[in-house]
Amino acid sequence: MRRSIVKIAGIICYLLFLIGSYIFGFNPGREIGYNFIAFSVDMLKILPCAFVLIGLFEIWVKKETVEKHLGEESGIKGYIWAVLLASTTVGGLYVAFPVAYSLYRKGAKLAVIFTYIGASAICRVPMTIFEASFMGIKFTLVRLFVSLPLVVITSILLGDYLTRRRYRIMEGK
Amino acid sequence: MYRLYVVTGLAVVISCVANRDKTYSAGVIAIKKFVNILPAFVAMLILVSIALFLVPDKVILNYLGNSNKFIGVLFASFFGSITLMPGFIVFPLAGILLGKGVPYMVLSAFTTTLMMVGVLTFPIEKEYFGVKVAIIRNVIGLFIALSVAVMTGIFFGEIF
Repeated sequence: MRRSIVKIAGIICYLLFLIGSYIFGFNPGREIGYNFIAFSVDMLKILPCAFVLIGLFEIWVKKETVEKHLGEESGIKGYIWAVLLASTTVGGLYVAFPVAYSLYRKGAKLAVIFTYIGASAICRVPMTIFEASFMGIKFTLVRLFVSLPLVVITSILLGDYLTRRRYRIMEGK
Repeated sequence: MYRLYVVTGLAVVISCVANRDKTYSAGVIAIKKFVNILPAFVAMLILVSIALFLVPDKVILNYLGNSNKFIGVLFASFFGSITLMPGFIVFPLAGILLGKGVPYMVLSAFTTTLMMVGVLTFPIEKEYFGVKVAIIRNVIGLFIALSVAVMTGIFFGEIF
């Protein structure tokens, strides 16, 4: 309770600072305000869709389906699914986290979850195509062939370690 | 971007046709989850707005362009970790820098840390995964990004 009061107070101070800067023409504050609005707009273009899709996923996809393909018994196919799913993710990590949480709740194992998050950072399809067109296909291929195996290996290690420690993912506190 | 709206729209319509009540509860879940994580998003946006003011793109580009390539890699990974830039801004810029002679490995350190290490998305990550796991995951991301940079340097003949 106290923590959320501190948070709200912080947000109000920040907003007052922006409004003050706008009124008195304080340029750094104006610039920060502009950054805040530009990024908020960018995210608001993506987030509502992402959360609607997450909601539909939670309602329609059966726990057994996720458990079978991404759970403890999924084997190597689980990781392939995680990478494929990640490549279609839009936005970035901030969308991957809530999706990962829903997958986890439906029975995906931790190693697969971390693979999904890592892969959604590095191999989203539109971003990869964009990268290759500016940096050359060789640059993109080196990046993918080095980072993707490392993401899978470290996810397995981290997943195993946390599973042994009986770690659980929580939403909020 | 519009594809996302088409896909979401179609999904909602199909879901409505299949079962109206279930679609309604999906909407309730969506709103609940969104509201739950909203404070963390606002925290992230505040961090982003301040970070972009303190380290604007131009400053970053200067650092990447004007130094020894190994120091360049370190600077690049530092800036890549603490900022957030959409791909459609980063890659055209990186392409320009490439034309100006900035090594591939410096650019790869920068773009890969941008993708994998999220100091600014930390408020969201810790809400789901907890502080400890969020830190471990980001440190791993940093190591992977550095490995990518080194391999890029080797493949493009910049190290040997």
